[in-house]
Parts: sequence; structure tokens; C-alpha cells
Amino acid sequence: MMAFWRNQKTRGWLYQFAALLLVAACIVWLADNTLENMRVRGIQSGFGFLAQPAGFDISESLFAYESTQPYWQAFLTGLGNTLKAAVLGIIFTTILGVLLGVGRFSHNILLRGLCLTYVEIFRNIPLLLQLLMWYLVIVELLPTAREAEPFLGIYLSKAGLSLPWFGDVPVKAGFGIKGGVTLSPEFFALLLGLVIYTASYIAEIVRSGIASVPRGQHEAAYSLGLSRAQTLRFIQLPQALRVIIPPLTNQYLNLTKNSSLAVAVGYPDLVSIANTSINQTGRAVECIAVIMAVYLTLSLLTSAFMGWYNRRAAIKER
Amino acid sequence: MNWLRSNLFNNVFNSSVTVLLGTLLLYALTQAWGWAIGQAVWVADAEQCHAARGTGACWGVVAEKYRIIIFGRYPFEEQWRPLLATLLLMALLLASCMRVFWQRWFAAVWVVVLTVFFILMHGGVLGLATVTTDQWGGLPLTILLASMSVLGAFPLGILLALGRMSDLPVIRSLCTVYIELIRGVPLISVLFMASFLFPLFMPEGTSIDVLVRVLVAMVLFAAAYLAEVIRGGLQAIPRGQYEAAVSLGMGYWLMQRKIILPQALATVVPGIMNNFISTFKDTSLVTIVSLYELTGSLDLAVNSDPDWMAYKLEGYLFIALIYFVFCFSLSRYSQWVERQVNRGKVH
Repeated sequence: MMAFWRNQKTRGWLYQFAALLLVAACIVWLADNTLENMRVRGIQSGFGFLAQPAGFDISESLFAYESTQPYWQAFLTGLGNTLKAAVLGIIFTTILGVLLGVGRFSHNILLRGLCLTYVEIFRNIPLLLQLLMWYLVIVELLPTAREAEPFLGIYLSKAGLSLPWFGDVPVKAGFGIKGGVTLSPEFFALLLGLVIYTASYIAEIVRSGIASVPRGQHEAAYSLGLSRAQTLRFIQLPQALRVIIPPLTNQYLNLTKNSSLAVAVGYPDLVSIANTSINQTGRAVECIAVIMAVYLTLSLLTSAFMGWYNRRAAIKER
Repeated sequence: MNWLRSNLFNNVFNSSVTVLLGTLLLYALTQAWGWAIGQAVWVADAEQCHAARGTGACWGVVAEKYRIIIFGRYPFEEQWRPLLATLLLMALLLASCMRVFWQRWFAAVWVVVLTVFFILMHGGVLGLATVTTDQWGGLPLTILLASMSVLGAFPLGILLALGRMSDLPVIRSLCTVYIELIRGVPLISVLFMASFLFPLFMPEGTSIDVLVRVLVAMVLFAAAYLAEVIRGGLQAIPRGQYEAAVSLGMGYWLMQRKIILPQALATVVPGIMNNFISTFKDTSLVTIVSLYELTGSLDLAVNSDPDWMAYKLEGYLFIALIYFVFCFSLSRYSQWVERQVNRGKVH
């Protein structure tokens, strides 16, 4: 009779049991150490602190927020700011990325070269550095709000970017700018950095997506008398979409996760508010758990949505 | 003439695009040239820089501060050590890129060079003064973090990918949960974990060096992404390869090592190299948990000095150039490797 440990099935179960035991042991060991350390250092645990007043101000928020409000509302405000950056970022980066990707197929060598140069430059410099540079340019090199000159009703100054909004045109008032919609310098730097950086990746995705559409497709389109723009719009892009969507989803997720770099330019997103909370309360475990839980949920939601969209765009086999 | 016509002026629309873009580009380039080269100040002279402010760049800030930018807080008199260590490590990395050195004995060279690197950086032996890791900074730290994360993430990534493709349900779910968990959260939260939570995880009384903690975090993070890249390669291997290996009587590990992994890794070389490039760029994030690699050491160099504070942008551009050179050459190198591994394939 064969010894039982020679049996592949039995060995498989043994391995799995060992792995499970190992992981469980690790978790227990880490948790035990953590509890012991927290006891020794007198760190309190639990999510009870979320109900206490936060006590710090948040420079910008979608909804009214005051420092007397509890921590959970501060976190919610941070989440709102994260979502604001992510949603606007995704919209603008898609537009810019698609334009740059399509530009790589232009007959005009100047345009083609420009798109290529853009991609190579912005992909090869760390996002954090780009964010810091944009922020520096905005707060150091732009004119002050007082000296800023409007361009088509748009003010670009140390106070950020002010845009007209449905007839509400920004005007200078005292030391600042009133009216319209104003993006704070922090938010503007973050948005600019995220959009410009991610667009270089999206451009490559769009380019390879279009390149994956067989040549015969656009030759057929031309011979039907479609123009170049029509071919792109009705023949190439819809087919390229199937190749594009999965990696594009990844880029959207990356952009959302990268918005956490806001902490470096002082935009109050979820991570920077969690960071402030850790420094104030010492509840590192809980705050990091909140960050991770929120980002995981966002990731899963985005994946689910893009999965649904992908199924819609997929080839319908009949 | 023909070239011009077919590439730039083949119809009315293209011609107008050319004229418009050309004018804009010409304007932008002359402005940029004037600022960065023509009117720029190249010497470390604060007065001249001040005079040129607004019209020309002040590269003097780099000339004045390059030692802090490159070496961070490393003691000034001892900076020949990180210089030598970095040159050694870079030579090693460069050599590793060459086909001649893709040999087994080269692993020993790695061990030797890394040991020398740590001895040079840390000191404490051979009459070298001890320099603790919290004083390491700048380019040596960036390169160390990048190469060590890649070195650590690669084996871990392979194991995770194999685990996720395994037939054993428990192993598969453990690996899947790990990969998805890490890929779902931003690197910065993993780094926060390294700086705030890792000390709590260890038995009471032990403390791990912050550099090691951050390195572990970078490895754990990069491995999850790498695992997904490698899994793509594993999925591309036809079933017949597995069946052939099994029918030759190969065990699991022998099969993976000799048959599956060599083919799987070869198909995903671009993905792996992209992962390395992102890891290199990601090292810039450690500045948020106060390790002074290139980005952090620039702050260190410029922020404290009112004479030069105004020229931080030039400093940023300087380190952006360093990052660009590294990442760009890596991406070019990746294309070369791709050609190398595909050489044997019949198309």
C-alpha cells in the first residue's frame, strides 16, 4: 500500500492545512503583540472616538463642516473631497487621454510627435513630484488674486482657478475673487497633476486599443466612403473599446488611489484627514482601517460598474 | 519637399493644424529656451539669481545644494561613502542588464556588492564612522529602495501568482484575498501602516528600523501588482504544456521551474518592467513617512535656506530629470529585453 503522504490529494490537504495554520498563527501573533503594545503604551482602542468632536478645521468641503462636529463627519467630509477629486479627475483625464491617444494616429507628424513626447515625459516622472511642482507653480509663480487679469472671465491666480458658472461671473473683490466657481490652489494642483499624469497612461491604452482593430476594418470603412473622423467614431473606437475598458478601469482605480497623494499638497482628502486624526488621537489602527475599508469599497464599486459596462460593450455572439 | 507635403501639408485641415501647432510650439520653445538656457544663471550666486528672477532659471540652486539634494542628511565629510556605494550599486544594476552576466554566479556578485553597499553606508566597521539609517537620504536611498523592493517583490510575486492559480482552494483564496486587498488600497495607506502600525505588531521592546519597515511595505505592495502581471503570463500557457510536464513525471515545482515559469515570465516581460518602473517612481512616496529620498532631500536642501527658497522649481526640475533618465532608460531597456526573449520564437 502506498504511504498516505505519497497521495497527492492528501498532501494537497496537508499543505492547505499548514498554510491556514501558519496564516492564523501569524494573525494571532500580530494581534497579540498589538494588544500588548497598546496596553503598555496606554493607547486606547475602539471606534468610539468617531463620535467625539474632531476639533480641527477643514479648509474646503462639499457640505458645511465645523471643527465642533464629530470625527465621523470629518472623515465623511474627507471622503467627499476624495470623491470630488476622483470624479472630476476621471472625467478630464479620459477626455485628454483619448485625444492624445487618437492623436498618435494623426497624419500630421507634428501632432503625432507632440502626443508621443507628452506621453514619454509625464509617464516617466513620479506623480508626487508632478503634484508638488504644480502646487509650487500655482502658489509661487502665479500672480496674486489682486494682480490677476481675467482671460475669458477666468481668473488664474495664487488663490486658485475661478471660473464663470451659469452666468455667475467671478469678479475681483478686495484681496480675493468673488463669484463663479473657485477651485482652491490645493485642489487645482491635485486635479492638474492627476489628470495630466493619468492621461499619459490612458493615451497609451487608447493607442494600443485602436491599433488592435484589424486594418481591414478601417479600409472597409474608407471604401464605403466614410471620412476619417466617421471611421474613428463609428468603426474603430467602438471595436477598440472592448480592448480598452479593462485597462482603463485599472487607470480609473489608480487615479482614485493616487488622489491620496493630496496629503502632500495639503488638500483635505480622506487620507490627510485620517493622518491628522492619527496625530491627534493616536488611534492609528482604527484610522488606517477606515482608509483601507473606504478605498476597498471604492475599488470594488468601480470594478463592478466597469464590469457591467464591459459586458455591455462586449461582442454579442448570436 | 515630398516628405513635407505628405507629413505636414497633405490637406487643408492638416496644413492649418501644422501652422497653428508650429507657431505655438515655436513660441513655447523659444520661451522655455530663454528661461532655461538663454537667460539662466548657472553659478551659485544668490544675487545674480535674484536679478534674473522671472526671466531666467537659477540653476545655481543645484550648483549650491547638489550635495544635500543627492545625499540628503548624510554627514557632509562622509559623503564619499554614499557616492562610492551608489556608483557600485549602479554599476551592478547596469551589469545585470547585460546578457553576458545572466549567469548563476552573478547572484554571488549581488550578495557581495550589497554587503559592501551596506558596510559603506552604515559604517561601524573598518574604521568607518557609524551613520544610522535615519541619516541616509537622496539618490542612494532612492536606488536602494527601488532595487531592494524589486528584488524582494519578484519571488513573492511569483509565489502569489502560483498560489492564485493553484488547484488547492485554501491557498488560492488566501492569495486572492491578499492580492485584491493590497491592490485595492493606495500605497500611502500601506506606508502609513509601516510607519504607525508595524511598531505595534512586533513583540514589546523590539524596534525595527524605519528603513526596513518601509522596505517591507514597498515589497508587500509591489508583489501584489507583480503577481497579477505574472498570473497573466501563467494563464497564457496552453494546457498541453502542463500535461506534457506531468506525463514526463515532473513534480509541481520542477514543472514550474523548467517548463511553465520560463515561458510565462517571457510573455509578460513588458508588464514586469512596467512594474519595476512604477516601483521606482513609487519610492518618491516614502518622503511622506519622512524618509529623505530624492524628493524629500530637495525639501531639506531648499526649505531651510531663505536665500535659495525661491528657486525650488529649478530643484524640482533637476530631480525630475534624474527620475526621467532612470525611468526612460528602463522603458527603453524593457523593449530590448522583449526582443531578446522573443528571439527564439518562430513567428
